[in-house]
Formats: sequence, C-alpha cells, structure tokens
Amino acid sequence: MNAQPTELHKVMLTRHDEISPGVFVIGFIRKHTFLPGQAIKLGIDRDHPPRIYSICSGNNDDELCVLFNIKEDGFLTPQLAGLGVGDTVYASAPYGTFLGTEAPAWWIATGTGIAPFRSMVRSDLVKDKKLVHGVRHINQFYFDREFTEALGERYHRCCSSESAEGIQPGRVTQFIRERKLPAEEKYYICGQATMAVETRDLLIAKSIPFENIVTEIYF
Amino acid sequence: MDIKTPLFGKTLGELQQLCAEYGLPKFTAKQIADWLYVKDIQAIDEMTNLSKKARERLEENHTFGLIDPIDTKISTDGTRKYLFPTEHGKFIETAMIPFKDRKTVCVSSQVGCKMGCLFCMTGKQGFQGQLTAGEIVNQIRNIPERNEITNIVYMGMGEPFDNLDEVLKSVEILTAEWGFAMSPRRITVSSIGIVPGLIRFIQECEAHLAISLHTPFHEERQNLMPVQIAYPLEQVIAEIKKHDFSGQRRVSFEYIVFGGLNDTPRHVKELARMLAGIKCRINLIRFHPIPGTPLHGTDEATLQSFKDALNNKGILTTIRASRGVDIYAACGLLSTKALVKKT
Repeated sequence: MNAQPTELHKVMLTRHDEISPGVFVIGFIRKHTFLPGQAIKLGIDRDHPPRIYSICSGNNDDELCVLFNIKEDGFLTPQLAGLGVGDTVYASAPYGTFLGTEAPAWWIATGTGIAPFRSMVRSDLVKDKKLVHGVRHINQFYFDREFTEALGERYHRCCSSESAEGIQPGRVTQFIRERKLPAEEKYYICGQATMAVETRDLLIAKSIPFENIVTEIYF
Repeated sequence: MDIKTPLFGKTLGELQQLCAEYGLPKFTAKQIADWLYVKDIQAIDEMTNLSKKARERLEENHTFGLIDPIDTKISTDGTRKYLFPTEHGKFIETAMIPFKDRKTVCVSSQVGCKMGCLFCMTGKQGFQGQLTAGEIVNQIRNIPERNEITNIVYMGMGEPFDNLDEVLKSVEILTAEWGFAMSPRRITVSSIGIVPGLIRFIQECEAHLAISLHTPFHEERQNLMPVQIAYPLEQVIAEIKKHDFSGQRRVSFEYIVFGGLNDTPRHVKELARMLAGIKCRINLIRFHPIPGTPLHGTDEATLQSFKDALNNKGILTTIRASRGVDIYAACGLLSTKALVKKT
C-alpha cells in the first residue's frame, strides 16, 4: 500500500512500556496485515494532525506496536507517554514503501530509527541482513537482545558518547566510511535527517547505485 | 537580564509589550519601529525622539540588532552572495540577484536544512538552527542594495515552513505600514510543502507561494525529497486547490529538470492532470550539479521542448535563468558546511 491513508480508527492500547528513560513501545490489537518496514499515522484525537511512526512489531504478532521517544517541545509524544493500557488513540492503516525483502541488505539506523528493522527481524527477514545501529548512549540500543539473537555478529552497535565492550566507538557514518561495502546489496537508512543524508551521500560516494539506497527520514 | 537581546526583528506588537513592561508610553513602540525599519540608523542612542530614560532602559537590555555581512562574493553576471554570521556562531548565505530593472534578494530562513533533498547543497550540511525574524530581515536591511530591492524570495538556505513563526514575523515586518511597507506581492515564500505550515501560511500571510514540486510521481519524488513520505504532493495540491489563487496572489511550482528522470511526456501529462484547476506557473530550473548525487541536468533542447509541451497543455511555464553559478549562489548551491566544520 503506497498511498497515505486518511482515515484514523480509534484503538485501545494493550501495551504501554517505557523501555528506556523517555522511550516507549505502545501497541494495540492488530487489525490489518502489513509489510515489515511500513508505518502508521498515530494521533491523540481527530482534531490534531497525526504523526507517522514506523511499526516495530512483526507482521505475525497479535499486537501492532510503535516505538517513540518523548520530544520535549513536541505536541504528541508527551501526551502518548502519559497514556496507559486501556487508553485510546487514533491510528491509520499501515502504509509506506520502506519495505524489507528477502534480498541481502544493510540496515542502518540511528536512535528510534531502529523500529522498522525490529519489525523486519520479528517478521523473519533476517537472512543475509546486516544491522548498524548508532546511538549517543549505551541504554539507547533498543531491542539489542533480540537483534543479537537474530543477527549475531551481523549486528553492529555504534555509540558516540560512551564506550563499552563489543560496541564500536563513534557514529554510524564513521562505521560506514571505514567499511568496504558491496554495491549489489540494498541499503536501508532510517533515522534523523542529518545522519540519513550524510549516510546516503557516503554510500553514493562509495559507488553504491542510488537505486539500491532506500531512505526513511524522520521529520 | 544578563544577555542583551536585539530589538531589530521585533514586531510592533512585541515592541508595545516591551514598552508596557518598561513603563514607557504606548506611542514609544511606534517610534522604535520607525527607527528600526524606516530610518537609516544603527544604534539605540540614535533614536533621538525617544526620551533619554527610554533609550537608557532599552540599552540596558537590548542591542539594536543589525548584523553586518562578513564576506561578499561577486559573480560575473552581477549576482552577489553575502555571508552573514548568526547569533549562535553559525553562518548563512544570502543572494542578491540583479536582472534588468529588478533586484531580487534570496534570503535564508534556517542555518542548514533538515529536509535532505537529494539535489540540494544546503541539505548536505544538515540542520544547525533556526533563524530569528531579525536575522531573516537583516539579510535585506543590511546589504548595500537595501534601498534598491524590488523583490524578496525565501528560497535560500532552509525550509521556511519548518521555521514558520519567524518567517511569518519577518514577512509582517517587511509588509507592515510600521515596517518596511513592502507589498506582499513582491515577496515569495518557497516551500517543499509541509502541509500544516502550508495551511497556516495560506491563511495568515498574503505573500506569494512557491512549491518545490520536481516530479508529480510519488516514488520518484520520495527518492528526490524524503519529505514526500510525511507530506505527499497530493495533499499539498489538495490544500492549494482549496484556496483561490486567481487574484493577485500567485502560486507557482518550482521544477528542477533532471536528465532522463523528470523530463518526459509522461511527466507533462501528469503535471497537467495534477495542476488542472489551479491558476499557476511552473518555473523550470536548470540543475546545477553538486557532489554526491546521482543526478544530472537535462540538455537545452529537452528543456525547451519540456517547457513548450507544458505551455501547450495550458500551464504557463518559464525557464528560470541561472544566476550566480560561478559563486555558488544559484538555486540549490547555497551552503556553509565548510564553515560549520571550522567552528
């Protein structure tokens, strides 16, 4: 489904977990099928514009979940954070073209941009996938146990402000810059704009064909 | 108050609020606005029709707020590019483009940009911060050509609708009787189409609107402009169609023409379908190659025939002359990335 859905449906939260300080996974009973990598629009009511969130649950999970962090100056996320199980929100049907496939791929994310890749892992799209996740602090490697279990050594963690065993120091872009990367594989980039643009340009500079680069930027 | 804040960039309403706080007569606000935006002075001390007490009070807490450009580059075609420092130690660029009897100033609205369009140099430096209304208007007030400016376009660095409060304030200062008293018909604000900002802009501002379109097809546009996933073009066009642009206020669509990508008869057909019912103009723009993109410009013959095909479909279409290419002042080339790294 490529076109953006306009209709929002009232749904009741069945999950509301703070998985790290200020970072939440919320979910509700899944009513639609979707493709891993897709997103939904989510709103607190019908009066204010909804925002777009990548789905972080698997396409066979009973719940449809999204991951978000609280934006201090945001309208929606502080309110979503204040909700609980049993509260209602408004959600669209899943949509979007940031779609995982069976083909070999590199997944590159920063922060909560990890969400669509968790959906792909939970939807069993793990063969020949490499994940690079960049964060500022160690406690921001969301779902790291699941990724370690699913991807093993193909799961690369980069941390720019803290160090720990098994974690690459520095930013995602540094990791990409220092690697020889295969041109024939797909590269999925998800996260904040600066990283996504810099990574996209790095890949192009490394002669990765543009048609092999798929970018999802958070605004 | 420890840090002095600039007066330049405050609206009349904000100046009235300030005067009330300082216990100054209400008419003082209008006098200050007159000194800031009409008369050619540079310091609070020169506001000679204000009482000494009023000037002292203002100087305790404020600067006048003008910022001088620290560098100027001059193109062989007469275009000038000014480099301004901003409040937080960053830099922005402003282009002054002379053409026949016009002098158009292309102002920046942000330091860098979040939008990440594939064809734009500004996007490659990322986002470093918002400009204040004062920093936006300063780009017009504080260049040597300030008294000869005929047109203002918000097409420099940044996405205006991502800094809409300050952009609207700046347009208010430029168009208000107490400000620069320019006609809003001489001002064009260009956006990639952030829908909530678009709705507010159409309702609250009288300036012309330009939308960066670049291709009418969803997936192609998503590849060029990641914002397409959040605010698809069909939503942008639907909002524009709700408003009457058949009067003096204009809407135009910017269209950078990329060779083999968005210059085909299929694009002409879809543009005609999409824009049917909107009185508008398409500005075709030559692509100026930048490092790190897989894109290239179209050839002149294709550009001309693309323009003719659109005109034949009833859409007024023009080709924008490229100006200031040799000093990187042309469309899509503004960037202060090198300076960001140095600071």
